[in-house]
Amino acid sequence: MTAETLTLAATDGTATAAGLDPSSPLAVRGLTVSYGEKPALFSVDATFPAGAMSAIVGPNGAGKSTFLKAALGLIPAVSGEVRIFGAPLSAARDRIAYVPQRASIDWDFPTTVIDVVLMGRYRKLGLFRRVSRSERAAALEALDRVGMEAFADRQIGQLSGGQQQRVFLARALAQEAELYLLDEPFAGVDAATEKAIIDVLKSLKAQGKSVIAVHHDLSTVADYFDHVFFVNVRAMGEGPVDRAFTPGALAQTYGGRLAATHLDQLTLAGG
Amino acid sequence: MGAEFVQFSLTPILIGTFAAIACALPGNFLILRRQALIGDAISHVVLPGIVVAFLLTGTVAALPMLLGAGGAALVAVVLIEAIRRVGRIEPGAAMGVVFTALFAGGVLLLEQSDTSRVHLDVEHALMGNLETLIWLRAGDGWASLADPVALAHLPDELPRMAVAAALIAALTVIFWRPLKLSTFDEGFARAIGLPVSAIGLGLVIAAAVAAVAAFDAVGSIIVIAMFICPPAAARLMTNSLARQVWLSVGFATLSAVAGYVLAGYGPLWLGFDNAVSAAGMIATVSGVILGLACLFGPHRRRVGVAAGA
Repeated sequence: MTAETLTLAATDGTATAAGLDPSSPLAVRGLTVSYGEKPALFSVDATFPAGAMSAIVGPNGAGKSTFLKAALGLIPAVSGEVRIFGAPLSAARDRIAYVPQRASIDWDFPTTVIDVVLMGRYRKLGLFRRVSRSERAAALEALDRVGMEAFADRQIGQLSGGQQQRVFLARALAQEAELYLLDEPFAGVDAATEKAIIDVLKSLKAQGKSVIAVHHDLSTVADYFDHVFFVNVRAMGEGPVDRAFTPGALAQTYGGRLAATHLDQLTLAGG
Repeated sequence: MGAEFVQFSLTPILIGTFAAIACALPGNFLILRRQALIGDAISHVVLPGIVVAFLLTGTVAALPMLLGAGGAALVAVVLIEAIRRVGRIEPGAAMGVVFTALFAGGVLLLEQSDTSRVHLDVEHALMGNLETLIWLRAGDGWASLADPVALAHLPDELPRMAVAAALIAALTVIFWRPLKLSTFDEGFARAIGLPVSAIGLGLVIAAAVAAVAAFDAVGSIIVIAMFICPPAAARLMTNSLARQVWLSVGFATLSAVAGYVLAGYGPLWLGFDNAVSAAGMIATVSGVILGLACLFGPHRRRVGVAAGA
């Protein structure tokens, strides 16, 4: 399903996308996704700020990954509209880099680290263009930024979980995008990798890029991110972390699933 | 090797080789996508398609056979998808149900219909008729390759299988990057705008073309074996996809050539005076190659997946 077919029209015939902020790297309105009969996301609105690091936060099964996938057109949406820097998805593919969940692929696939990173250059290489020296250099530089240059010719099956995640991030860097969408980039990685990843993401932000990550570790939200979007099937609130990351918003998003002791350990706005 | 070899062995060996390569190429990607069963399914459902085409047209000419087989493959794909959705059954089981049921239906149809005057029976469906695809006009031995009259009497299966193998090889080269990317990481491939569903469908169609073209000449035993054994053995020998695909072509060729020769001469060497089924021997050789790769391949960590895929 393409973004165009999702565009809703107001009763007077004008596309309602006019209401979505064109400066936002990712703005979504009325996004509804359904697996079977139960909606995974219901009429979600969200507007992410440009040049910032944003976290998508919510309990397990709240539709965080689904939100990213539907925004990228990876799974069909029942309804809703998505704008990337004010443009429909099909016109913005070159501006997006996507880092899927590490566990979503088979790491025994017969390929090497540098090969995976070069996949990030696919839109520039197409079917036949040779991988030039400069393409290879760009891929190696991306690996260098995540501290994996020495592993370029390594078989991907030989990597640890953290190293796999860094290779995925390097592939996204090789895409040279403006918006980076990451699905649980810190899931199951070692502390050194988490530090390496967050450093890279912060350097992206320093270059004016926008970063949006599905994030499950509430204790690091305040440290890592500028903006937070709460979701639990429905949009449960969004805003700058220093104002929106409140006990009230967490309680509303997680229902009874967060123990009070957890809340005590968090750096919360207004706390 | 003189005239006799060209007349009686060259064309079956070439046909078997082209059939093996045409099946092994898409097999590489089907195995990596955990879809190896699709090749199995397609090669089984070809039988009822061919029988129905024969009942409708009364001939075993190539075109109606191919159309019937293609139609049956299409029906099977639709049925598998319908059963999976309506019955909420996992794809492997849906495939298993559909292809065994259609194959069984084909066997019944074949039994009930009068196919006695044509070469169409269950044995043929399973084992093909590779040994009969000889080139009698090649009386001048290798010189016949330059003789237009002799060339005009090549068995039809040879150019057909050669074209199918060349087509599939060309498609594999042209779509190498998108095939590799979408097989490795479907989500990422979609995100950069690759038509992932169309690529997957194209791969299944290529496998169907290989199965349908190969079926008539070599039978479903070889088709099923070649979809799985050479690519799975190749996977155990290397950690590079490109090398894996090349190796699978090599193993497919080796299976076809060695299998045909062993079937024809193996029993003689052992002191028997009969020959055995070439199709059966080619499939057996490919299985032996896979077995050796399992035991001695440098990357045999994934044996379970390759064998069970």
